[in-house]
Amino acid sequence: MNNKPLRPLYIIPYGAWILFFVIAPIALIVYYSFFDLSGNFTFENYQNFFTSVYFKLTISSFWYAFLITFFSLLFAYPTAYFLTKTTHKQLWLLLIIIPSWINLLLKTYAFIGLLGLYGPVNAFLEMTGLGKQQLLFTDFSFVFVAVYIFIPFMILPIFNSLDKLSPALIDASYDLGANTWTTFRRVIFPLTLNGVKSGIQVVFIPALSLFMITRLIAGNKVITLGTAIEQQFLVTQNWGMGSTIAVFLILFMFIIMLVTSGSERGKTGNGKVK
Amino acid sequence: MGKLSKLPKIYLIIIFIILYAPIFYLIFYSFNSGGSMSNFESFTLDHYKAVFEDTRLIVILINTVVVALLSALVSTTIGVLGALAIVFMRNKAMRNAVLSLNNILIVSPDVIIGASFLILFTLVGIKLGFASVLISHIAFSIPIVVIMVLPKLQEMSPSLIDAALDLGASKRDILTRVIIPFIKPGIFAGFFLALTYSLDDFAVTFFVTGNGFSTLSVEIYSMARAGITLTINALTGLIFIVTVTLVIGYYFISRKAKTPIAGVRK
Amino acid sequence: MKDIIRVAALIVVVSAILMFVNAKLNASGGPSAKGTISVYNWGEYIDPDLLKQFEKETGIKVIYETFDSNEGMMGKIEQGGTSYDITMPSEYAIAMMAEKDLLLPIDLEKIPNIKHIDPYFLDLAFDPNNKYSIPYFWGTLGIAYNPSLLEGQTFESWDNLWNSSLKNEVVLVDSAREVIGMGLNSLGNSLNSTDLDELREATDKLKKMSPNVKAVIGDEVTQLMVNEEAAVALTWSGQAADMMYENENIDYIVPEEGSNLWFDNMVIPRTASNLEGAYAFINFMLDPEVAAQNADYVGYSTPNKTALDLMDPEVTSDERFYPDEEARDHLEVYKNLGLEMLGHYNELFLEFKMDMK
Repeated sequence: MNNKPLRPLYIIPYGAWILFFVIAPIALIVYYSFFDLSGNFTFENYQNFFTSVYFKLTISSFWYAFLITFFSLLFAYPTAYFLTKTTHKQLWLLLIIIPSWINLLLKTYAFIGLLGLYGPVNAFLEMTGLGKQQLLFTDFSFVFVAVYIFIPFMILPIFNSLDKLSPALIDASYDLGANTWTTFRRVIFPLTLNGVKSGIQVVFIPALSLFMITRLIAGNKVITLGTAIEQQFLVTQNWGMGSTIAVFLILFMFIIMLVTSGSERGKTGNGKVK
Repeated sequence: MGKLSKLPKIYLIIIFIILYAPIFYLIFYSFNSGGSMSNFESFTLDHYKAVFEDTRLIVILINTVVVALLSALVSTTIGVLGALAIVFMRNKAMRNAVLSLNNILIVSPDVIIGASFLILFTLVGIKLGFASVLISHIAFSIPIVVIMVLPKLQEMSPSLIDAALDLGASKRDILTRVIIPFIKPGIFAGFFLALTYSLDDFAVTFFVTGNGFSTLSVEIYSMARAGITLTINALTGLIFIVTVTLVIGYYFISRKAKTPIAGVRK
Repeated sequence: MKDIIRVAALIVVVSAILMFVNAKLNASGGPSAKGTISVYNWGEYIDPDLLKQFEKETGIKVIYETFDSNEGMMGKIEQGGTSYDITMPSEYAIAMMAEKDLLLPIDLEKIPNIKHIDPYFLDLAFDPNNKYSIPYFWGTLGIAYNPSLLEGQTFESWDNLWNSSLKNEVVLVDSAREVIGMGLNSLGNSLNSTDLDELREATDKLKKMSPNVKAVIGDEVTQLMVNEEAAVALTWSGQAADMMYENENIDYIVPEEGSNLWFDNMVIPRTASNLEGAYAFINFMLDPEVAAQNADYVGYSTPNKTALDLMDPEVTSDERFYPDEEARDHLEVYKNLGLEMLGHYNELFLEFKMDMK
């Protein structure tokens, strides 16, 4: 497709954004990462990153980001799927997003109350005979609240790709004798891969650098790279080390992008998957 | 939820209950005559009265809404153009590079974004306040829009555009009559999530604000040390009710306006 | 396409209307001949009525902005682009800001009301001769606990926190100086220790406490204690006062080995543009009646001696929040240990946190 005449028009604002708000800050971060506390040029920050502490933090960040992404997808897909079957689907979709417009700190405080020993969740557990559980400050509550925060970001792109799915395709699949599961696995899911991929990106990537709820909900029993960066920047005021960790975080993200973009299937969207 | 059978219905109901539980919890305590989010003493509307008496809080609320709406609007525009640019790139390596650059702001912790934007603004000499906050919110919302629009663009079959070209459509027509309508769900998704990003942001706004300009997030976070008052709960309750009413109202009005078309679908 | 344009137009119109309303609301305070001052403070850390009273008395309009951490505030002032005339850092932050040349020296002659301040709170190590700062509120670091949740466990010493009966009951503040400092204090060492061996010893002792630690959190501790979610917390006196206000079961003590004495002081940052106004504001806040009203609203301890007489004697005679001088002598004020040492404290704290699981 020859689109040359259109290009300059729409590439300018986006290009300017990349230049000023992506490349410039990155340059700044890389620059800072080569300086120590007293402002001398050094490679020490990079050496420090390869100590066991940061290795452990990296592993734990990836592990929790994986869990959060996995459970978000697990719960978001059926939600998106069922939503497309409702009568007022656009409205229901909006109602999924609205809770995310309420201040996060307030919602987190509410969760502290809800999941607390004397909160409604425990009251319910007691009623069912399961007994009181220590829910706060556990891996469970951390992943649960993180999934709560991210799930709209997963539902939206999946909903969008499911919504435009031609019903004829699904009917055809049934006509050819496929059962529900096969239809889902061979027809529906592959066609929504682009949406799923978008969802994974907008959940996994920010989950790597999650910080606030590591303290509020996990009581610092979960520590991520994001927490470490925040500490270095604000508390220790060691911008050099903070920047170094950020450089690695960005590198990890590049690697993830490279790996996930390896197979751009569904690109044509004609159902010619694989 | 008309067309659904029982099990999916229950599933959706549970999801909605979980999504709204913390919000109803906040609203419940906004009626508490006690001072905090525990030990419900007795029903009162005092906290709601306090909201309307606090001019500063109302100013901050309006600031927050204006920044959110405008930043979402502008970032959606730029993001859609960006997604178009990316999808029409022929070179795959180039496309991946730009996409990776696009995602950098998503992976960067807010403190870093805030600090580096602050440095940027002071270097360029932009006065801290409404403008710097708005620009920052636009900047960090663009990537989410791109990611929301991209899958729709990728799903669009090139034959659609070819067909339009064959029919003698101009480039402009193709954009406004073929591409944009097709990717509309992606555009709206991007817009709504940009709103989320803007309304939720604390750290970036904190760094780039100044001269008396403040948003609700900054205000709420700085209250944490001495205790968040129930006035904030009441405010949240009001925001919530207004938002839900607006959304539902708008939905049915816009639906009524185009029922004939909606009727044909499926 | 049409509906997209319609939505966009709607947003622009709504935003324009809202901005107009805001401009009206902002202007309703009335522009004043005496100009404005910009106050940068913690949220909910001043009685808003006092700001109005100040505006009325002096004709100076107050622009009020808030921050949530000393570090964040410092970062903003250091970077510039702002024009704050007054801010309220904690003592260690004042020393850091003075070192970085971010503060303007204060001319005490222009603050006659300083005579109301208890001399005990003047001329302290972090700011000799009060060159840069004037006391605003003060307090201690100690243990808040809820006897109704604990079977007879009492607290006199830091070592009580290591008691095995407190399994998964203790909440700590997420701050390196406080937690490592508690370890140092419990071993009889100074809060301001820079001796690496002492610090190592303190960290190793803290690690033995891990089974008792329920969480390491920030300001949310108030809610947890009030809801009786946690029984014991390492916390500041101001926050303990908040907890006790909400839940009468809670008590607060400062351990006998000693602890931290903290201050939040008023300073004039280098960014100030209205010095006259800043002095007027400081002097106003030191007025006994104003200070008493403010202390009553915020619930923290005031350094204003004359104001104490105007307050509820039940509050001012409470040894937990207004310890006598003898008790205060066991307390230490944080010194600025330098960024390098602060980094070391934080590394040890991180080591402790990662050891928790």
